[in-house]
Amino acid sequence: MTSATVTRKGLLRLPTFSATQWGPGLVAALVGMFLLVVLVLPVAKVVYVAFQDPSTGDLTIMNFVDFFNASLFRESFINSFYVSAMSVVFATLIALPLAYFTTRFNFGGAAIIQTLGVIPLIMPPFVGAVAMQLFFGENGSINLLLYDWFGFTIPFMEGLNGVILVQSVHFFPFILINLAASLQNIDRSMEEAALNLGSSGMRLFRRIVFPLGMPGYVAGASLVFLKVFDDLGTPLLLNINNMLAPQAYLRISSVGISDPIGYVISVILVVFSLFSLWVSFLALKGKDYATTQKGGGGLLKRDLKKWERIGCYGVILLILGFVMAPHLALFILSIASVWSFSPLPDGYTLDHYAEVFQSAGGYISNTLLYAGLAGLIDIVLGTAIAYIVWRTGIWGRKALDFLAMGAVAIPGVVLGIGYLRSFYEVEVPFSEVPLASVWGVIVIALAVRRLPYALRACVAALAQVSISLEEAAESLGANKSRTIRKIVVPLMTGGILAGFVTSFATAAVELSATIMLVSTESDAPLAYGIYLFMQSAAGRGPGAALGIIAVLIVGLGTYASHKIIERTKRDRAVDQQS
Amino acid sequence: MTIHSDSKGIKIENVGLRFGETEVLKGVNLNIEPGEFFAFLGPSGSGKSTLLRAIAGFGPNPSGRILIGDRDVTGLPPWQRNVGMVFQSYALWPHMTVRKNVAFGLEERKVPKKEVERRVEEALDLVGLSHLAERRPSELSGGQQQRIALARTVVVEPQVLLLDEPLSNLDANLRVQMRRDILQLQRKLGLTTIFVTHDQEEANTTSDRMAVLSDGVIQQIGRPMELYDNPKNRFVAGFLGSANIIDGEVRVDAKGPAFVSDKGLVLDFRPHAEGPGSLVFRPQNTFIRRSDSSTDNCLEFAGKVVYREFLGSLIRYGVEVAGHLLAVDEMHRIGLEHVGEGADVSLCVDLNQTVLVNA
Repeated sequence: MTSATVTRKGLLRLPTFSATQWGPGLVAALVGMFLLVVLVLPVAKVVYVAFQDPSTGDLTIMNFVDFFNASLFRESFINSFYVSAMSVVFATLIALPLAYFTTRFNFGGAAIIQTLGVIPLIMPPFVGAVAMQLFFGENGSINLLLYDWFGFTIPFMEGLNGVILVQSVHFFPFILINLAASLQNIDRSMEEAALNLGSSGMRLFRRIVFPLGMPGYVAGASLVFLKVFDDLGTPLLLNINNMLAPQAYLRISSVGISDPIGYVISVILVVFSLFSLWVSFLALKGKDYATTQKGGGGLLKRDLKKWERIGCYGVILLILGFVMAPHLALFILSIASVWSFSPLPDGYTLDHYAEVFQSAGGYISNTLLYAGLAGLIDIVLGTAIAYIVWRTGIWGRKALDFLAMGAVAIPGVVLGIGYLRSFYEVEVPFSEVPLASVWGVIVIALAVRRLPYALRACVAALAQVSISLEEAAESLGANKSRTIRKIVVPLMTGGILAGFVTSFATAAVELSATIMLVSTESDAPLAYGIYLFMQSAAGRGPGAALGIIAVLIVGLGTYASHKIIERTKRDRAVDQQS
Repeated sequence: MTIHSDSKGIKIENVGLRFGETEVLKGVNLNIEPGEFFAFLGPSGSGKSTLLRAIAGFGPNPSGRILIGDRDVTGLPPWQRNVGMVFQSYALWPHMTVRKNVAFGLEERKVPKKEVERRVEEALDLVGLSHLAERRPSELSGGQQQRIALARTVVVEPQVLLLDEPLSNLDANLRVQMRRDILQLQRKLGLTTIFVTHDQEEANTTSDRMAVLSDGVIQQIGRPMELYDNPKNRFVAGFLGSANIIDGEVRVDAKGPAFVSDKGLVLDFRPHAEGPGSLVFRPQNTFIRRSDSSTDNCLEFAGKVVYREFLGSLIRYGVEVAGHLLAVDEMHRIGLEHVGEGADVSLCVDLNQTVLVNA
C-alpha cells in the first residue's frame, strides 16, 4: 500500500502522509493479511465444508438435511434454543430489580449491586458448574436441607435446568450493566413531563421508563442469548451433551474432522451469533435517548421507607446468595476431604492444593505463557488497528476494524474446528508435525478470540490523545513512526495495559477453542486441566483447587485493569488542573 | 375552538426552600392574576426555575404555601396539581409519535378514546402541526418540537401554564417568532402563564408583569417599563438594560443635601433622600454636549473619551469622569461628526431621567 491510497479528508482533520511515509500502510496490509489467515480463512473453510459432500467434494445442502432429519440433532437444536431463551428470562429476573434499585433509590445497597455486577464475570461459568451441583444438585446441600425441613426438593440442576441456572447466574451482569446505563441516561424531564401530565407509579414506569430503558435491555439480553448459545464448557462439565456446541465438539473429537455434522452445527452457531448481534445493533441504532440537560440525567431518585429498604435488601441478599454460590461451593469443594450426601463436607484438607501444585504446575505455567503471549499479540494488533482506523485515511481501514470486531461473532468451538481443518494438513517446516497440533496455534486462537476486547480498550485510549499533540511533534521535526513511538504510544500506555490485562485474564480461562486444539496433555492450559480433573469424582477436589487458582488469576487481573484505568483517569484529571 | 381553560390565579405565600446548606428561595411572596402573562426574570442561580418547579410540584417540598385559585397545592404530588409545564428540553418522549405524545395526558385522565382523538387533533391544529402527527420527535426541528410540547401541555386544559426557558434552545430568528406565537396562544386561551427566562428582551416583549429575582429573593415586581424606568435597587437597575450607576451617598451640609460619589465627585443636584445610594441613568439619556444642544435641567459632567465603539444603530462612547467610567450612546446616522478617543468632552443628563436607588 502506498501513499496513493491515502486520502485526506478535511472534515476529519486527518494527518497527511508524504510519499515516503508508507509505514502505516504497510502495517495495515500486514495486519489485514494476518486476520485473513487466522480468522477469515478458517471460518470460511468451516462454512465451505458444511456445504460439501464428504465423499465427492461437491457442493450440497444434504448435510443440513441430514442434520435436521436426525432426532438427536433436532433435539440439540431445540435444547440450545430453550436453554438460551430461559437463561435470558432468569438473567432478566435477577438484573431487572437490581437495575431498578440502583437508578431509582438513594440507598447504600447500590455499592453491593455494583459488586454483584462484577463477581460473576471473574469466574468462567464452567469452573463453577460442578461445584454448583454440590449446592443445588439433587443430593446437594440445599435440597438435603429442604427435604429434611419441608419434605420436598427443587430440581435446580436437573438436566437442562442446571445449565440455565449456572448460565443465568453468570451472565446476568450483561443485562444489568446495559439496562442500568440506559436508565441512567434517561433525561429527568422525560419523567417529570409525565408526572406533570398526570401519570405516576406503575403506569409511569410502564409507559415511559420501561420503553426508554428497552434498547439497553434488548442489547444486554441478546448478548446473553449469544453467549449461552455458543458456550461449550458449561454443558460439557454438567454432562449435558444434547445441545449444539457439545454435539459439535463430540462429533469432531470422536467421529473425526471429516464428519460434516460438526461443520453444519458450526454454521448454525455462527448464524445465530450474527443474528443476536444484529438484534442488539438494531435495538441500539438510532435510539440514543440520552440527552444532557441541566439538572442532570437519570430517573428521579427518592429515599426508601423502612419496609421498602428491608424489601430491597432482602431481594439483594437473595440474589447475592445465588451469585456467590458458585464461588463459595468451589472454594468449599477445594478444601473438602469428602463431600457427598451432606449439606457440608465431612472434613477439610489442603491436600488438593498440594496435589495441584505438584502435578498440575504445567497447566499453570502453560496458561501464563499462552495467555501472556495472546495478550501481547492483542495489544500490538489493537494499537495498530486503532491508529490505522482513527488516525489515517488508509483505504479499507473500516473493513479492518469490522474484521477485528467480527471475532466476537465466532464461537470458540467454531474457531477451533476451523483451525483443525485448515492447519492440520499444513506441516511445520522441516518437520512432519501438523501445524494444528503446535501449541502456538492455541495462542493464536486465544489472541483472535480476545482481540475485540483489547481493540476497544486501545481505541478508547487513543481517543484520549488529542491529535494536536501529534501535530506538535511533527511540526518540531519528528516523522510519523517516531511520533507514534515517542508521543502516541506512551500516552496510550494506561489503556493499552488495561487491554492487555483484560485479554490475559479472560484468555487464561478460555475453554471452548482450546479444548479443540490441545493435542497433548503437556501442552494443556488451566481451563483444560480443570475440565480433565472434573471428569472423575476423585479429581473434583484438585479440579476445584485449580478452579480457585483460575478465579484468583482472573480476579487479580480484573482488579489490576480497573486500578490502571482509574489511575490513568486520575493522572489526566491532575494534568488538566495544573 | 373548544380547547379552553379554567384559568386560575396563583398565590405564593412566604415560600422558602433549601438544597442542603444553600438557601435557594427566601420568603417569596407573589400574587399572579388569572389570565396574566407573568415572567420570572433573573440570572442563572437566582432561583427562578426552582420557584417554577415548586409551583409544578418538582423538587423538595418548600416551606410556606402555594395556592392555585383557592386550592392549596403545597405538598401535592405533580400529577394532582393540574398545572401544565413546558420543559426547557421539551421532554418529548422519543419512543412515541407526536400524536401519542399529545394524547398522553388525556389518556392518563381516562378521557374516552373518541374525545382524546378529537382534542389531540384540535391541539395540533392550534399549533399548526396536524400534518406531523405520525412523526417521531427526532424527526422534528427544534421549533416544531417546541410547538408539540406546547400542544401536549395545553391539550389537558391545565389551570396554569408554566414555561421553563422555552426559547433557549432555539436560534435567534426563531426565538422572536416563537415568543410571539406563545403570546398569541396565551391570549387565545386566556391561560395564566409563567414564563421563566434570563433574557430581558423576552420578558419585556411578552409579559404583562414580571418579577426580577436574585439570590432567591424577588427584587421587584411590576410592568416591564415600570421596572426599567423606576428600578427599586441597584441590582434591578443594572440587570435591566445598560445603566450608568454611580455609587455614593447623600450628605447634608450647610448648603443642604448633595450627592457625593464614592470617588469624591460632588454632583450638583438636590436629592430628596439621605444616606448611601446609587445614582442611575441610561446611556441613551446621556449626551455629549455640542454647541447647539440645550442645557436646561441638565446634570453636567466633564470627562475624557477613552473608547468609541460602533454598534450599528448606535455609537457607544466610554467617558471617564473623575474615576467613573460612563457609557454614552448616540444614535448613528450618516454624516454625524464623531468625537475622537482622548477628546475632552462635557456630558449632560436630563435630571428627569435619573433615579436615585438604594445601594
